[in-house]
Amino acid sequence: MRMWIERHRNILDFTLSSLVRRKRKNAALVSVYTLIVFLLASVLLFTYALREEASILLKEAPEMIVQRLVAGRHDLIPVTYLERIEAIRGVSSVKERLWGYYYDPVVGANYTLMVAEDQDVAPGLIAVGEGVSRTRLASPGDTIEFRTYQGVTIELEIRKTFSSESGLVSSDLVLISEDDFRKVFGTPKEYATDLTVRVRNPKELPTIAMKVAEILPDTRQVLREELLRTYDAIFNWRGGILLAILFGAVLAFIIFAWDKASGLSVEEKREIGILKAIGWETSDIIRMKFWEGLVVSLSSFLMGILLAYIHVFFTSFMLFEPVLKGWAVLYPAFKITPFIDGAQVASLFFLTVVPYTVATIIPCWRAAIVDPDSVMR
Amino acid sequence: MRKSSVFFIYLFIQIVLLGGMFTHASYKQQTGLSHLQEKVNLVQRLGLTDLCLFTEASYTRHLSLADFHTAFQDSPMALEHFPSGSLVIRPPMDKKMYENVD
Amino acid sequence: MIELRDIRKVFNSGKPSEFSAVQGISLFIEAHKATVLKGPSGSGKTTLLSLIGCMARPTAGRIRLLHTEITSLPERFLTEIRRKTFGFIFQQFNLIKGITALENAMLPAYPLGEKFSSIKKRGLHLFELFNIAPKANSKAEWLSGGEAQRVTIARALMNNPSVIIADEPTAHLDTKLSLEFMEILGKLKEDGKTLLLASHDPLVYESRVVDRVVNLRDGRIEGAGE
Repeated sequence: MRMWIERHRNILDFTLSSLVRRKRKNAALVSVYTLIVFLLASVLLFTYALREEASILLKEAPEMIVQRLVAGRHDLIPVTYLERIEAIRGVSSVKERLWGYYYDPVVGANYTLMVAEDQDVAPGLIAVGEGVSRTRLASPGDTIEFRTYQGVTIELEIRKTFSSESGLVSSDLVLISEDDFRKVFGTPKEYATDLTVRVRNPKELPTIAMKVAEILPDTRQVLREELLRTYDAIFNWRGGILLAILFGAVLAFIIFAWDKASGLSVEEKREIGILKAIGWETSDIIRMKFWEGLVVSLSSFLMGILLAYIHVFFTSFMLFEPVLKGWAVLYPAFKITPFIDGAQVASLFFLTVVPYTVATIIPCWRAAIVDPDSVMR
Repeated sequence: MRKSSVFFIYLFIQIVLLGGMFTHASYKQQTGLSHLQEKVNLVQRLGLTDLCLFTEASYTRHLSLADFHTAFQDSPMALEHFPSGSLVIRPPMDKKMYENVD
Repeated sequence: MIELRDIRKVFNSGKPSEFSAVQGISLFIEAHKATVLKGPSGSGKTTLLSLIGCMARPTAGRIRLLHTEITSLPERFLTEIRRKTFGFIFQQFNLIKGITALENAMLPAYPLGEKFSSIKKRGLHLFELFNIAPKANSKAEWLSGGEAQRVTIARALMNNPSVIIADEPTAHLDTKLSLEFMEILGKLKEDGKTLLLASHDPLVYESRVVDRVVNLRDGRIEGAGE
C-alpha cells in the first residue's frame, strides 16, 4: 500500500515538473478551462437558487387568479364577478386586486403600481421597492410625481422603502392607496384589475376553475400550479442565451479534447520512449497521463466553482447583468438565498474532470505501448 | 518542497474552501429565513404572482399573467421582442383545463 | 552470465523492407567483465544490445540470464528484469528536456515505489561520485556534453543494476572526455558491474578496461578476439 502511494506520488512529481516546463501553455489551458467551468457553474448556481426560491415564495401565492379577456386582451374585470365566484362551493375567499404598470418618463423605467388590501398606505403616500428608490434616487420623505390618465400631475411622498433583501418580489413595486390608484389610472369603482381566489380544499381547484370558466366564459383562470411551473421552467436550458453558453462551452471543450487527442507531438512521443527505455512500464506512462489530466481538470473545476459561487452570491451575478437587464431600466439587485444543489455540483464535477482526464490518456495509448528499443536507434 | 506536496496542499485548501462554500450556503439559508419570510409575507399580503425579474414590459414582468396575445402585439413574429425573451420560454401549457371547451 | 544461443532478429517480416539485423549469433557474456561489440554501422550491434537488455524479443533463438530463460517470459516479467538488472547509456544521451539533471537521473526509480527522499539522496551521491553535484539543479538542456554523459551514467546506475549496457557512448565526446568515461567504467567494473558496450571507437575497444572484443559484421560474429 505504501509503495502504491509512493509510486503515484513520484509519478505525480514528474508530471508536475513536466507541466511546469511548458508554463505558459499549461497556464493558458488551466485558465481557459477554469473560465468555462466558471461560466457554466455560475449559470447553474444562479438558475437553481432562483428556481428554489421561486418555488418557496410562490407556494404562498393565491390559488387562482381570474382575469377578464376582451378581444383576446387582458381587460378590467367587473367587481360583480366577485360575488358570482364567491357563490361557488369550495371557495373560501375572493378578493379584488388593483394593480397596473406605470411608465416613468423621467428615468424610462416601468413600475408596478399596486393597491394593498390592508390599506397600509394612506392617500398621498407610497411605499416603494428598492429598485424604484435606487432608479429615482428617492428615499423616504422624497416625492415622486405621477401623471394621471387625465394629464394631471400629482405628487406622492415616499413613506417607506422595502428592504433590498425583499427585492426579488418588491423591487419595482409602488404600493399606493386605492384613491390615488384610481386617480392615476382612472379605473372605475366597479372594476378591478383581476380577482384572487382562495379555496378550502386545493384538490378541488381544477373543478372550481372549470366552474368559473363555465359561469364567466370571458375570463381566464391562472392556477398557482401554473405559476410554479412558469418559474420552474425559467432559465430552462432551452432558453436561447443559456443554450448558446452551454453550446459554446461544450464546443470549447471539444476543441480542447480534440487538440489533446489529435496525437502527441514528436517531442512527447520521444519522451515516452525514453521513459520506457529507462524502465517505465506502459502502465506507468498511463498513470502519468492520468495525473496530467487530473491536475488540470481538478484545479480548473475547483477554482471555477469557487469563483462561480462568489460571482453569483456575493456579486449578484454581476457579469450577466447586461444579459438579464435587456432593455429594462429598473434592474433588481439579485440578492438570492444560496440554495445549492449538491447533485448539480457533483454532475458538473463528473462532466469536467472525467472526460478531460480520459481525453488526456487515450491519445498516448499508442505511444505508451511502443517497444523501448525504438529509442536506441 | 516536493512538487506533489505543493499540489496536494493547494488541492487541500481548495477542498476546504469548497466545504466552506457549502457551509456558508447553509448558514446563509438559515440566517436568510427572516428575509425569506419577509418576501413570503409580501406575497401573501399582496397576492403576488410573479418575481420581479424583467421590468422591460408587462408580459416580461408578469410572466404568469401575460395573456397569449400580448407577446404578438406588434406581429406574430414578435415573440422575442425583448431580450429577456431569449432567456425565458413559455411554460408547458396545462392541457387539462381546456379539454372540455368545445 | 548472459548466454545467447542462435539469436536471430528480423525486422518488417513479410514486407518488402524485411531485413535480418542479427543472423544466428551465439555468445556468452562473462560476469564482472567488460565486453565490447565492435563493428561498422549496420552490423547489428545496437540490435544485439537491445535484445540482451530485454528491450526487444528475438525472432528466433534463446537468451538466458543467469540460468533463467528470458526469451519466453511475459512482458511484465521481462520489464521487471530489465528494470532491476540493466542500466542503459544511450548514444544520444536521451535526457528529458525542461527538467533538472538530478530529476533526470532519478526517473528510473520513480515507478518502483521508493521514497522520494531516498531516491534523491542516492542521486546526489552518484552525482558527487561523478563530480557533477553542482549541476544537480540545472536544466538538462544547459549541460555540456561531458556533464550530460555523466548524468546518463548516474541514471543508468540509479536502480543499482548488475549490468551496464552502453551504445556508442563516446560518439559525442572528445578524446579527453572519452578517456574519462572509460576510467569511470573501469571503476564500475571494480565495483563488480558487468559491462557491455557497442562501439567502433578505438578509444573504447582498445582501452585496457576492456576484457573482450567481439567483432560483428552483417549480423554475424567474425570470430572472437581478446
